[in-house]
Amino acid sequence: MKKVDIINLLPYQNPFLFVDGIDEISEEKIKGHYTFKSDETFYKGHFKDNPITPGVILTECMAQIGLVCLGIFLMRNELDDSTNPQIALTSHQMDFYLPVLPNEKVTVISEKEVFRFNKLKCNVKMINEKEQLVARGKISGMIHIPA
Amino acid sequence: MTKEELIPKLKNIIAPYVQDEEAFKNLNEDTDFVKDLKINSANLVDIILDIEDEFDIRLENEDMEQMLDVKSAMEIINSKLES
Repeated sequence: MKKVDIINLLPYQNPFLFVDGIDEISEEKIKGHYTFKSDETFYKGHFKDNPITPGVILTECMAQIGLVCLGIFLMRNELDDSTNPQIALTSHQMDFYLPVLPNEKVTVISEKEVFRFNKLKCNVKMINEKEQLVARGKISGMIHIPA
Repeated sequence: MTKEELIPKLKNIIAPYVQDEEAFKNLNEDTDFVKDLKINSANLVDIILDIEDEFDIRLENEDMEQMLDVKSAMEIINSKLES
C-alpha cells in the first residue's frame, strides 16, 4: 500500500483534513506532517485577533495521522478502493507544551501500543519545525471495515 | 472456576469502565455489558484484554463476539482455562 493511497482512503476533506503527507510507516509506527494554513476556518474565532491553533485541532491532527492513517495501513489487507473505513475516536489524554501558529508545519509521530479487536491505542507526539515538543499523549479509537 | 470465585474477579476488571453504577451494584449472571452497564465498544476491548491478563488466556474474535454478558464471559473464561 502506497502512502498516498492511505491519504486517499481517509474519510475527511477540507476544512477538516489535517494530513499533508506520510513520511514513514510500518506495523509499529507512523510519521506524518501537516502545515496549518493561515486561512483555516478556526483562526477567525480562536482567538479574536490572535490566531492560535486550538488544542482540539492539534489533537485531531494527531488522531488523523497517528491513529487513522496507521489504522488504515494495519487493515490494508481488508481494504479496497470501494471500502470506506468507519472510524471513531474513543479516548484521548493529551498534554500541550507549545502553541502552533498559522503557517507552522507540524510532524506527528505515533507508536502503536495495542491493536486488537479493532481497537487501536497509540502513544502520539507532535513536534514543530524546530523539533520542539508541541504535544504528547495517548489516543485510542475503533476502526471498522464494513462488510 | 466457580461462579463465586469468578464474579468478584470480573467485577474488579469491569469496575473502571462502568457507566451505570446502579446496574453494577446489582451485577449478576444476566448483567449485559453494553445494555446494563453502558460500557462502550472500546472499553469492552479493554475488558477483554484485562481478562486475558488476569486469567492468562488468549481470546479470539469469536470469543469477543459472544462475550455480551457476565454469564457468557464466565463460560468462555472457564472453557479457555480447561483447554
